[in-house]
Amino acid sequence: FAFPNAEKSDLPVFAMNYSRIQVPFEITLWVLLASFAKIGFHIYHKVTFWVPESCLLISIGLMVGAIMHAVHEEPPSVLSYNIFFLYILPPMVLDSGYFMPTRPFFENIGTVLWFAVVGTLWNSIGVGMSLYGVCQIGALEVQDINLQENLLFASIISAVDPVAVLNVFEDVSVNEQLYIVVFGESLFSDAVTVVLYNMFTFVAEMPVVETVDVFLGVAKFFVVGLGGLAFGLVFGFVASFTTRFTSNVREIEPLFIFMYSYLAYLVAELFNISSIMAIVTCALTMKYYVEENVTQRSCTTIRHVVKMLSSISETLIFFFLGVVTITTEHEWNWGYILFTLLFAFLWRGLGILVLTQIINPFRTIPFNFKDQFMLGYSGLRGAVTFALVFTLPDHIVRKKLFVTATICIILFTVFIQGISIRPLVEFINVRRTNRNLDTINVEVHSRLMEHAIAGIEDICGQWGHYYWKDKFMKFNNQILRKILIKDNQAESSIVALYKKLELQNAMEILDTVSEGTSTAPSVISLRKEKGPGKPKRKFVAADLRKMHDILSKNMYKIRQQTTEYTTKHSLPNDSHTKEILIRRHGTIRRSLRELCVCVCVYHSESKTKLTTSLFLSDNGEDETLSGGGYPSAPRSRIGQPSRSSSRVSLPLRRLDTLTEVSSSAGVDLVDERSGGRGRAGGRGKSRLNSSSSDSRVPAPPCHFDSSEVFHGNRDSMPEQEEPLSLSVTWAEEPSDHDDSSTQNPLLRRPRWNPVKPKNP
Amino acid sequence: MSSRTNRWRKTVSLEQINNLNKRFRQLSSNKETLSREDLASIPDLDNNPIRLQIINAFFDKRNLSQSEVGIVQEIGFEEFLMVLTHFQPAAMDITEDNREKLRRTKLRFLFNMHDTDGNGIITLEEYRQAVEELLSKAGTIAPETVKAIADAAMLDVASTTRGKMEPDEFYEGITFEHFLQILKTLDIETTMHVRFLNLDTANMRCGK
Repeated sequence: FAFPNAEKSDLPVFAMNYSRIQVPFEITLWVLLASFAKIGFHIYHKVTFWVPESCLLISIGLMVGAIMHAVHEEPPSVLSYNIFFLYILPPMVLDSGYFMPTRPFFENIGTVLWFAVVGTLWNSIGVGMSLYGVCQIGALEVQDINLQENLLFASIISAVDPVAVLNVFEDVSVNEQLYIVVFGESLFSDAVTVVLYNMFTFVAEMPVVETVDVFLGVAKFFVVGLGGLAFGLVFGFVASFTTRFTSNVREIEPLFIFMYSYLAYLVAELFNISSIMAIVTCALTMKYYVEENVTQRSCTTIRHVVKMLSSISETLIFFFLGVVTITTEHEWNWGYILFTLLFAFLWRGLGILVLTQIINPFRTIPFNFKDQFMLGYSGLRGAVTFALVFTLPDHIVRKKLFVTATICIILFTVFIQGISIRPLVEFINVRRTNRNLDTINVEVHSRLMEHAIAGIEDICGQWGHYYWKDKFMKFNNQILRKILIKDNQAESSIVALYKKLELQNAMEILDTVSEGTSTAPSVISLRKEKGPGKPKRKFVAADLRKMHDILSKNMYKIRQQTTEYTTKHSLPNDSHTKEILIRRHGTIRRSLRELCVCVCVYHSESKTKLTTSLFLSDNGEDETLSGGGYPSAPRSRIGQPSRSSSRVSLPLRRLDTLTEVSSSAGVDLVDERSGGRGRAGGRGKSRLNSSSSDSRVPAPPCHFDSSEVFHGNRDSMPEQEEPLSLSVTWAEEPSDHDDSSTQNPLLRRPRWNPVKPKNP
Repeated sequence: MSSRTNRWRKTVSLEQINNLNKRFRQLSSNKETLSREDLASIPDLDNNPIRLQIINAFFDKRNLSQSEVGIVQEIGFEEFLMVLTHFQPAAMDITEDNREKLRRTKLRFLFNMHDTDGNGIITLEEYRQAVEELLSKAGTIAPETVKAIADAAMLDVASTTRGKMEPDEFYEGITFEHFLQILKTLDIETTMHVRFLNLDTANMRCGK
């Protein structure tokens, strides 16, 4: 600053003002550095295969810490209690909550909560007591740690963070129950730990603990947990309700999701109830309804942003952990630390055994010893533990010791258990799940079975599992969906699945169009039934063979999406869907869109709205189709190229279905509602939406020569009526079949030969 | 008692059977036999899309013994139990062989629910009907969609089980073996069961 009467200073042409930008600058640099580290890991695939990402991040952090130590720099002291709890933790928890596979979760909810809540309590109290006992041993010089502080420390180190384990589990496809218990345990143990942490910090300040306080503590526990749940539900419903009206403000649709979840978190913090429970419940409730209401793009954006934010948080924490390990002053106490490690493992193992014994009789699929071992072994400690111990209030005398011990246990579990889990899982040969491709048959029959079971339960007068599920579904369909979802129809998951398959077909067709090889099979000559007297249908085998090829390659390959979303470090694997929709071609784009409109829509006379355009992608990269329920799209190579004709004739029907389309789309075609709650929870929804602005559609190569104009649907796409000098031919279907015949989309394919299509 | 029911008794306690007996009495209004109307009057079953098939399953001779076909009009407690054995849980220490048998039994039950005319084959019509019923509670579904779904499913079975068919060959319908084949991936022996409680359920619910 210059004194007003001082000499005139020249206008600075070039000046640096570091202090002004220091904080955001350093944060950005740290995040960037950690992200570069992540890029670096993935260069060599084998590395990330064997070594979990958390290990790598910590290692990089260690290196950076060493460098900083060498130059006597201090790491930025940004990690304070508030920053962690208000900014870093919510994204991580939101991620877990949002991508929680709902169906397995609710089917196993008892077990999950049992292990998470009771298990964490068991661990905390067990370890705390044991350590207190150890503290009495004079030789270790830790007598000044009283019971409260021990309990506090124990509760901190009971928070499990099995990210690395989950990745391995998913790769190996372990059985669903194990997976969901580990997943749920990580989430809820965080919640329990935070509650215990708050409780014990409070208690640690008290000189004397009376029994009243214990009871109050227990009561508080319940209040906190259930309160969090209630808040989460409220916010979830409000958020769903809001999204019902957001069709005109699509750009900020994702904002609502984030704001509401964060609000749930903050309000819960305000009242000192479990914010983790609140945000998780909010996410769970919201997800189902919101994903039906918002556009596809928003859906994708939401998922992406959630993953991104949580990834940032986690990366930062682990990285920071590495740095702090080197730069902080440690207080090393061999005895205490070793005993900590010992007791942590001991109590966890014991806990798993005992808890499993108690809960197994109540489970439909009991846990065997291998499962139990895996459960015990997945008790890695991670980000939350570190952050909690790091932000301990300073009046805890032995804070440094605690920090050191925590870092030890984290490093031990993450490195040793994290790296060894993969070979161990293979070696032990844990029960795997049948992550097989779903077929319509399986879907139909599983539903049948569920209804049968529910029926039997009703007959036997019992309130079984399916009873509650049925009741909830009824409530959901009749009441909740009407309120929270716009344009609501109750939809069966079978129909949803079926539609998905149709869409997939349509894409196949387009793929073959774009491939330029007329490889689509001929229409199955499905003889229409002549009347009620002839119930049987004939499947002509030649066509059937072709169909079979396509079927076996592409059609019913719907991946079971339960665990797809739970890799914390990556998005759901949409690499299959990337294969479509790569090429752009201006004029052809629109026409092809119409093409697929027709393909998808043409036969369906159901009142449910059908997604039409399939091809939207923001940048053709990941989220081509749906956010993730989408079945793996057909490969670009379909069938055997057998004909080189270039005319496609796709039977069209009157497209009056699109007139029912609500105007919410405008240019956009209406979103599909897909997915009953249960199944599709994990499967995601195939909601496709197109907007004329930037949808991309694969362009057929130009060697098509066609003559006919495609008559698309007029109603929804007014601007595409102009004739297209395009390669695709669409012909109206000969009208000699009545409307009741099944225009079976799955069986009717565009004909690639000049022959008139056989009549159905 | 038949051997199947005997086997079941090993996994089910006497108390559970007692409870089921009480329930049976309650449903049949203390008569010796249960008729269709008794089962049809259970209010909770109304919401079940396949209630008719479930009820029919109790009176289907194929579920009551291996060899006969046809329908009975009334069943006694023995037969009631027999039908319920299809839903027994798999014991923890079940052998592979028994697991396979259990699986077949349960799948047979499902198959019989489809195969309404009893000829051992699920034809397209029967499948269609099943799909229609299944979707009947799920809002308005156009009949074409239902047909299309059933067709697609049949096609799927045909292509998986028959593979290469001669031209003009005719696909009759799904036989039990095909059925087993296509439902390989369904873990039916672990999922299709009802846990019969040890509680006295007869007094728990006021509705029948």
